[in-house]
Amino acid sequence: MADRYIEPDTPELRARWGNFAWTEANAAKAKEIVARYPEGRQRSAVMPLLDLAQRQVGAEENTQGWLPIPVMEYVAAYLDMPIIRVVEVATFYTMYNIAPIGRFHVQVCGTTPCMLRGSDDIIAACKKRGMKPGHTTEDGMWSFTEVECMGNCASAPMVQINDDNYEDLTAERMDAVLDALAKGETPKAGTQEPGRHTVEPSGGPTTLKEMVSENHDYRGEW
Amino acid sequence: MALQDKDRIFTNVYGYQPRNLKEAQARGAWDGTKDILAKGKEAIIEEVKASGLRGRGGAGFPTGLKWSFMPKEPPKDHNGNPKPSFLVINADESEPGSCKDREIIRHDPHILLEGALVAGFAMGARAAYIYIRGEYIREAETLFAARDEAYAAGLLGKNACGSGYDFDVFVHRGAGAYICGEETAMIESLEGKKGQPRLKPPFPAGAGLYGCPTTVNNVESIAVAPTIMRRGASWFSGFGRENNKGTKLFQISGHVNKPCVVEEEMSIPFSELIEKHCGGIRGGKDNLLAVIPGGSSVPLVPAEQIWDAPMDFDGLKAVGSGLGTAAVIVMDKSTDIVRAIARLSRFYKHESCGQCTPCREGTGWMWRVMERLRTGDAAVEEIDMLQQVTKQVEGHTICALGDAAAWPIQGLIRHFRPELERRIAENMPEAAE
Amino acid sequence: MPKVTVDGVEIEVPQGATVLQACELAGKEIPRFCYHERLSIAGNCRMCLVEVKPGPPKPQASCALPAGEGQEIRTDSEMVKKAREGVMEFLLINHPLDCPICDQGGECDLQDQSVAYGRGGSRYHEHKRAVTEKNMGPLIKTTMTRCIHCTRCVRFSEEIAGVDEIGALYRGESTQITTYLEQAAKHEMSANVIDLCPVGALTSRPYAFEARPWELKKTLGIDVSDAVGANIRIDSRGREVLRVLPRVNDDVNEEWISDKARYMVDGLTKRRLDKPYLRRDGKLVPATWNEAFAAIATLNPGNSIAAVAGDMLDCETMFAAKKLTGALGSSLLEGRQTGMDYDTSSLAAVNFNTTLAGIETADAILIVGSHVRWEAPLVNARLRKAVKRGAKIFLIGPEWETTFGGEFLGEDLSVIGNLPNHVWETIRDAKRPAIIVGGAGIGRGGLEAALSVGEQIGIVRELEDGTRWNGFNVLHMAAARMGGLMLGFAQKGGIADIVAAKPKVLLSLGADEVDYTKFADSMIVYVGHHGDKGAHAADVILPAAAYTEKAGTYVNTEGRVQWADKAVFAPGDAREDWTILRALADAFGVSVGFDSFEELRAAMISEVPALGIEGLADYGSDLPAGGGSASGPIAYPVKDFYMTNPIARASATMQQCSAELLHGEEIAEAAE
Repeated sequence: MADRYIEPDTPELRARWGNFAWTEANAAKAKEIVARYPEGRQRSAVMPLLDLAQRQVGAEENTQGWLPIPVMEYVAAYLDMPIIRVVEVATFYTMYNIAPIGRFHVQVCGTTPCMLRGSDDIIAACKKRGMKPGHTTEDGMWSFTEVECMGNCASAPMVQINDDNYEDLTAERMDAVLDALAKGETPKAGTQEPGRHTVEPSGGPTTLKEMVSENHDYRGEW
Repeated sequence: MALQDKDRIFTNVYGYQPRNLKEAQARGAWDGTKDILAKGKEAIIEEVKASGLRGRGGAGFPTGLKWSFMPKEPPKDHNGNPKPSFLVINADESEPGSCKDREIIRHDPHILLEGALVAGFAMGARAAYIYIRGEYIREAETLFAARDEAYAAGLLGKNACGSGYDFDVFVHRGAGAYICGEETAMIESLEGKKGQPRLKPPFPAGAGLYGCPTTVNNVESIAVAPTIMRRGASWFSGFGRENNKGTKLFQISGHVNKPCVVEEEMSIPFSELIEKHCGGIRGGKDNLLAVIPGGSSVPLVPAEQIWDAPMDFDGLKAVGSGLGTAAVIVMDKSTDIVRAIARLSRFYKHESCGQCTPCREGTGWMWRVMERLRTGDAAVEEIDMLQQVTKQVEGHTICALGDAAAWPIQGLIRHFRPELERRIAENMPEAAE
Repeated sequence: MPKVTVDGVEIEVPQGATVLQACELAGKEIPRFCYHERLSIAGNCRMCLVEVKPGPPKPQASCALPAGEGQEIRTDSEMVKKAREGVMEFLLINHPLDCPICDQGGECDLQDQSVAYGRGGSRYHEHKRAVTEKNMGPLIKTTMTRCIHCTRCVRFSEEIAGVDEIGALYRGESTQITTYLEQAAKHEMSANVIDLCPVGALTSRPYAFEARPWELKKTLGIDVSDAVGANIRIDSRGREVLRVLPRVNDDVNEEWISDKARYMVDGLTKRRLDKPYLRRDGKLVPATWNEAFAAIATLNPGNSIAAVAGDMLDCETMFAAKKLTGALGSSLLEGRQTGMDYDTSSLAAVNFNTTLAGIETADAILIVGSHVRWEAPLVNARLRKAVKRGAKIFLIGPEWETTFGGEFLGEDLSVIGNLPNHVWETIRDAKRPAIIVGGAGIGRGGLEAALSVGEQIGIVRELEDGTRWNGFNVLHMAAARMGGLMLGFAQKGGIADIVAAKPKVLLSLGADEVDYTKFADSMIVYVGHHGDKGAHAADVILPAAAYTEKAGTYVNTEGRVQWADKAVFAPGDAREDWTILRALADAFGVSVGFDSFEELRAAMISEVPALGIEGLADYGSDLPAGGGSASGPIAYPVKDFYMTNPIARASATMQQCSAELLHGEEIAEAAE
């Protein structure tokens, strides 16, 4: 695990985030989230609420978002649970950023299936652009992490950048994605291989070919 | 006989067609669900048992049997009220190599939702929680939307599908922890805690989510249930070898010409799977080095043993490995095999929850030794020591993550010991003597 | 009851026993780190692995496995030996093995078990993990690199203390135990985690590097910091008490003690009265014993003498004082220093009748005027257990932070006579109702009003199982209280009666809470050990022994008679209290009838036989009906948990706790 440490609790942090509260839209969302769980079990909502809070922080500072200590305290109070249990959750799960993060969180999968398909090149492409594991570039644009298997193994190698996956990467394709993001564009998510749709064999499916062109109903053939 | 398209359950697995309710129904989802439920709980469980469906999440436990473990009479809470039961659907697909549930969820979520209702009804559950891994962000969005569609259409919720049965489905997102794929860790996580596996007994069927009877099933196991009910147990059990029935989503990654996800008949030989759907091994059959046939947790199988092996539970057990999630990681001769396994060791070290001693301490130790073996910076005796350490972890932990961390290394040592020794000898000739 | 075989020997085990307990019943030692009888089962250390058939062909964690009929358990097989060696090796690979500089050395489970079950050498050649130390406040010293992640401390704070403040952050091999933001552990029983920690990760800060366990003399004692009578072990070296640890007594303190009981002992060497003093020209000046005795005897008080007992006194001292004043013809004895005058004609009415352990089984509890966390932390832990079993708790008095929830009904005593309907119904319909009257609730008619509620709901009753239930409880704060009441240290009008009698000599036996301005005309003879309020008011100071420096009998708030041994000698010229009183008798020229401690104790027991039998004294279970009405705002007597007695007030550790834990914010503000 790359060293993850909670951003220290400082007066500056308190001053910046001490008054954190849900936006109107997120307040409604939070209510809906808590209602997913049986009465008295509102602690179950801690994970989705931490995610919501992280996204709100991200929206406020135009980054992927992270969880300052006062924000965790806000969630703890909202769910009436001990803060230490919230911090346990926030530090256990890797998707919670417990320290400040950049505009784009470039998470390149380095686990074996991606490694076999060339994730080394993708990581090298990132490093070439000044990204370092666990760090954010000075311009605040890129935070880089080599992550574990993202479940895109049949379209490896891949990267997840904030909410989208870019698959079937090569160093060049990775550069293209990053360039587009840097320019403020929205590159097409999913496979970057020309002609490939999703996870069918490249060049066209070997099965279910009717489905390519129409919403075929096979029930008639049963 | 090869599996025909009409017998494939996941017809939109590649997402060429829209995933919305209307189009899904046009493909056959939510078809006669009410009638399925009308058969009654027992009948559904019996049908699933008869189909020979075994859990698709890795362990391969018979699905119908698992459902039957749910108590017929719900236990009472301390106020004397009956406790609700829950179905938890494991969409925390995080095993390296596995990428099938993602395709079900993002391209055919309604099959899963229908399965949730059928399975939940059969076990008398009040609600299902679909625990989807946090990194499946867009996939979760799809699932939320599909769920809302199903509610709006009266397929879920009160009087689901007009069956008179009230059944809720909720989606719960994880946040980055492989261990939450372990069923009791998943329950802990759903309760808002760290995903650390529970001690068993008690088993979830007795005391699971919120202390209530709970069954945890893999996405694929649940998603195939409605089709099994529609087409009958004998249709499903017509595929695959005895004890290894049905169709299965295979996920082939690594050094094949065309990695893909494909639904095939169980027991399909490895060679057929690769040649037919994946364009063969990169560089040809002779270039194959080894295969991890069931996701990172199972031991690798050398080329000569895997080629003709039937891809099912028993066939892969026979070659010292396992079907797992049918995530087939193919490695050709260009592979740094030690690095490939060392990278998995790093994965397990990263994903160990830290609760119990052998896994918390052992995964780190094993990874560090593996890293040294990668460069040959070790002594030959350390190979044996590493083997012993894997044995000290295996079977000594609360959950199976310890075993999963140990097996790939054991497989490596079993099949590639000469390679390990070669690197040691090259690095430090005197150490090899 | 299931029958199992352990290493070939068949034994019967209680229903619900675990395999670990079965092995222990069979006399087999099962090594463990995370398992603890009083905490939930974690099963995480994996040290207690045994082989169990039927079962999977791998070792099982015996702490978590229920013992079942017909099980064949092996603790001596090769599989078990290897499993233990393996787990032990894993525990040690990242442990610093810094035993020579570790305070746990010599009493360390890890050390002991690695000797017994380890393989004797390490094969780990990688870098060891280092973990930064975590601040946990003035009492708990941390060396987290030594932590083996057993989570006992996490479970203690969550389950027993009820203050969720310790957690295990991060995961995998990066897991770290810490308090939230490394804040000090803030509850009254926090230091128990030091005893629970099986390694040297959490050790005692005040005791750091003071001694090795084998250098210490271990004496069995009774804690006097509150009226619970926690069983303690006093560890001393030479003349100094170095530390206090809890002893196991399920009926009293289980195996916990409060932080005050544990840490006030450094106050035993501060502000001590180690020689007699006489007030000359308004100033206290040192004197010899003879001069001091002569000064008192010269006054020749006759029967104009009274004795006031302090809160930490043993029964023997009180009895000796009673004998002395009696020999002079006086019966002016009182122990309720602050003026309380509740009726003591029925000791059952002022006793904790459910017993401390029994309160856990109550299903509805009304607490009147007690800040239980500060007045009896160990009882607070019991209340939490009661709530976990389903009890409802209601409290009358100003709100304080409970660790068990509970509903506060109001701050005025009058609430007792005017309970809200739902409260009334809950306690009326309870199977095992209980009332706890605290120090702030017992006066001003509170006791009688509470008795009246008890009478109305039939708080003394026979339970379905035929046993007798007396749910009426008084929770005292003074270790000396029940013993004092048994010895007659109570005037009808309380200390006011003694003020009214205007005694020529007032014997103050370690009484530091008395308003001495009311005794301006009396010669105040202070027999005690600390230069505290009593000594400041005294005309004569006779230096005596603290509770660690004398043997004695104590009776706790549930009427439990317990004996304590002497650990060390009193400092300087100080003497054990009874010898001082015996010598005073000579000075007065009267006879008290004993010349040795044994004779004193025999005389006491012949007068109050219950004091001769360890265990619960029988006060009968008939309660007075009570009645009348009570009113007035409730104010808890304890303003500062850490400063409730002269020893604690002299303790640098307690002062630091008070400053950092209770007044931390004020200090921080002052610093700005």
